[in-house]
Amino acid sequence: MRAITARRRHPAAGYVVVLLGLLLAGLCYAAVTGIGTASAASQRVAGQPLIAEGKAIFLQTCASCHGDFAQGVPNAGPPLIGVGAAAVDFQVSTGRMPAKEPVAQQPNKPVTFTPHRIHALAAYIASLGGGPAVPSAAQVNPAGANAGLGQQLFVASCAQCHNFVGAGGALTQGKYAPALTKSTPRQIFEAMLTGPEAMPVFNNTTITPQQKRDIIAYIVRTRTEPNPGGFSLGRVGPVTEGLVAFLGLLLFMVLAALWITAKHRKAHE
Amino acid sequence: MSDSTAGYPGGDEVPTNGEPAETRRRVIGTPSPAEARSMLQTPPPGTPGGPPAPRRRELPADPDDPVSAKRAELIVASCFIIATLAGLGFIAAYVIFPVHTVTGTQRSNLALGLTMSLTFLALAAGVVIWVRSIMPTVELTEARKPLRSDDEDRAEFKETFDEGAEASQVVKRPLLRRTLIAATVPALVAPIILLRDLGSLPRKKLDHTVWRNGLRLLTYGANTPIRPGDFASPGGMITVVPDGFQEDFNALAKAACIIIKFAPGQLQFTGGSSPVPGKVVENWTVDNIVAYSKICTHVGCPAALYEQTTHHILCPCHQSTFDATRGAQVTFGPATRALPQLPMTVDAEGYLVARHDFTEPVGPSFWERGPSS
Repeated sequence: MRAITARRRHPAAGYVVVLLGLLLAGLCYAAVTGIGTASAASQRVAGQPLIAEGKAIFLQTCASCHGDFAQGVPNAGPPLIGVGAAAVDFQVSTGRMPAKEPVAQQPNKPVTFTPHRIHALAAYIASLGGGPAVPSAAQVNPAGANAGLGQQLFVASCAQCHNFVGAGGALTQGKYAPALTKSTPRQIFEAMLTGPEAMPVFNNTTITPQQKRDIIAYIVRTRTEPNPGGFSLGRVGPVTEGLVAFLGLLLFMVLAALWITAKHRKAHE
Repeated sequence: MSDSTAGYPGGDEVPTNGEPAETRRRVIGTPSPAEARSMLQTPPPGTPGGPPAPRRRELPADPDDPVSAKRAELIVASCFIIATLAGLGFIAAYVIFPVHTVTGTQRSNLALGLTMSLTFLALAAGVVIWVRSIMPTVELTEARKPLRSDDEDRAEFKETFDEGAEASQVVKRPLLRRTLIAATVPALVAPIILLRDLGSLPRKKLDHTVWRNGLRLLTYGANTPIRPGDFASPGGMITVVPDGFQEDFNALAKAACIIIKFAPGQLQFTGGSSPVPGKVVENWTVDNIVAYSKICTHVGCPAALYEQTTHHILCPCHQSTFDATRGAQVTFGPATRALPQLPMTVDAEGYLVARHDFTEPVGPSFWERGPSS
């Protein structure tokens, strides 16, 4: 105790006290609300309390654009009845929702919701009526899937917008197909299933869950392939470096030609 | 002799008696005599009877600056020595590096390339420095000579030519002349005949695809047939190919299609069974599923970027945009015709099949297609 009181005038003492206070408050809050245990339980059962919690979150953060009953608001947000838990999980877990501002296409941003809050929100939206559910971990596991077939399917249905290795590409009027380089397998699965924004829907009877796993395996596989070139333009290769070297050498040769043919001053002028 | 007297290269004095080099240099800025700047032969200025004046020098024998020339000499010589060594290195690299393996060949190529580049680079650098730093700087001009030959030469040439023509008998013996001409004609025509190797004319080949009544639509890649109930999510889009032609790329080049599912009421229908601009033929759709050719009508790229929010089909090559709800009519870009709609129905087992082939040629315009839509 003496050691502590002796250092109470230390310059850092104030910060340490505030930090300890915050830590204590956080622990108390966690103990009272029980986030840790509730989230583990809620993964299994989407019971009424979870839906109620999701509704509360919805009214607080989503209703201004999507309407108090998720019925949609013209020129603000689409109706969310029937979009399913997978759509909610994709939109919120990639940070696209809640949206900051109305733009041509919502960009992915740092996620502001905890997994538990996303789960509660998804449960509430799913309770409004149907829609695809969030896939299980086994459904999206790329291990053991056929990446070769996945490539064929990716080239046939995805590459036209997302580029042949998932580097993304431009669409019309500010819309774009985002890069898939950082998407999690679950997000890729959900995007195919729900067709966020301008993306077409690839439902489970058109592209089966197994084929979706194959596609995910291909996308994940391309990330570990060697990627030549520093600025490779979506794995085209070291083309940009080649262009810079070509232009640089061209400039050097032009300057050399100018120097060789230039009149030089005579020594006695 | 002072610098201002402009001794060289206009004058008659010849540098013979060991004069310092500086005195023979014309000062920059002073005009040189016009004739001194010409390389043309000019009549010698020597007096008649006297000894003929020696040919005037046009280039000084010594460098502008002997001191820097001495330094440059060393640099140039070093360049040449480097070039010599690199050239020897090239020969050595050829002898030393074996080429029986891929890595060996790569090493050999690298060594050969580096030594050869260094040889030529050092040689070129040496020559350039030589010219710029050791040779004197003099501007020379040369008047252009007349192109026309003398009348005398011309007459003589004509005489020789006529003699030759007469001696060859080509005028007197028409049989020889004409058979010679005939002998060259096939050789000249032959290259035109060889153009046939470019292939036959397309004729009707581009007017039709392999689609026919009852041929199933398979999803491309997975090669599975499609029931309308399986493809039931509005906003869905998938590439389809004709059953039995999944690997036939010549057939797919024309027959590839996309099918798109819409919510009821989104498609702008027309009755009947022939395409109307801006409309989808209702008889050719199944359950609000419509099939369009995937081949862009501009230059034939695969137009399959589909935005389900705007119902636009985009072509990635030149941004042609087609409205899928209105018969894939063009809304933007260089394409001039809508993507042809594939007539569809379902077979006895409930799978999507073609009703018949497209009613117009798919893909870009071609000569035999004619100007009509």
